[in-house]
Amino acid sequence: MKELSLHILDIMQNSITAGATLVTLELIEDTAADILKFSVTDNGKGMTPEMAKAVIDPFTTGRTTRKVGLGIPLLKLAAENTGGGIELSSEVGVGTVISAVFGYSHIDRQPLGNMAETMLGIFTSHEDIDFVYKHRHNDKEYSVDTRELKKILGGVPFTQPEVTLWLSDFLKENEQELYA
Amino acid sequence: MKSLADLEAIRKEMLEKVTLRKDDEQGVRIVVGMATCGIAAGARPVMNAFMEDTAKRKLEHVTVSQTGCIGMCRLEPIVEVFEPNKEKVTYVKMTPEKALRVVAEHIVNGNVVTEYTIGANE
Repeated sequence: MKELSLHILDIMQNSITAGATLVTLELIEDTAADILKFSVTDNGKGMTPEMAKAVIDPFTTGRTTRKVGLGIPLLKLAAENTGGGIELSSEVGVGTVISAVFGYSHIDRQPLGNMAETMLGIFTSHEDIDFVYKHRHNDKEYSVDTRELKKILGGVPFTQPEVTLWLSDFLKENEQELYA
Repeated sequence: MKSLADLEAIRKEMLEKVTLRKDDEQGVRIVVGMATCGIAAGARPVMNAFMEDTAKRKLEHVTVSQTGCIGMCRLEPIVEVFEPNKEKVTYVKMTPEKALRVVAEHIVNGNVVTEYTIGANE
């Protein structure tokens, strides 16, 4: 993966595969504390303690855990390479929380990359799932809750061309604003 | 700056239109492989290019969606195009630039871009 936003996209796909109906992504860039961290919280089917342990190790991933595959080991490596790490907690029938911490100024930290593109893909491809996205960069912050957007849209889908283009611009502008 | 008020305006405008885009069987489906292998190979910008270009062209009979690993990770990003009553077309090693050409030549004009298909790359 070349960008952290690609790891985030990949990790969120796990929540979707796990049958979540609500997925929350919180992303924080704190340059004073020199960390970048994110967490993905879902209400999917969750994992047993054995499985939660197994998915972190690529070599014990057997066919039963194949839906998770290499995504989590790749994220773990990327985080550990910057002096950070990942944490995973899960409960069957409740959901899963995975969080990752990166050393912000570490030379090996991948760039965050295009979060607007990641979120646009997630939102428009899974309209039956609700997403909450919060992104903070130092003292600037914005958030999107697809439940609010859907309420305004009253049944007009995200895949309607006009809505897709609006969403794309909305995300791009808000991301840019964080660094202005 | 885009605001939620714009979204409200879009809704009003759309509800006056008779045809909303929907996943109907008569439409064209563009499916992008978005498993770990696809994402690592660059599937996200490819999917984005399909979404934005079909939206800009207002191709309301076209839906762009994603799927898991298609099973040929070395050929990712892989894109499958399903059209009613036609054979599925599989494009491999896609890029956003190739995606724009597929929209223009295949989706709009009906000519498969043979050089990007799996048949031409295997």
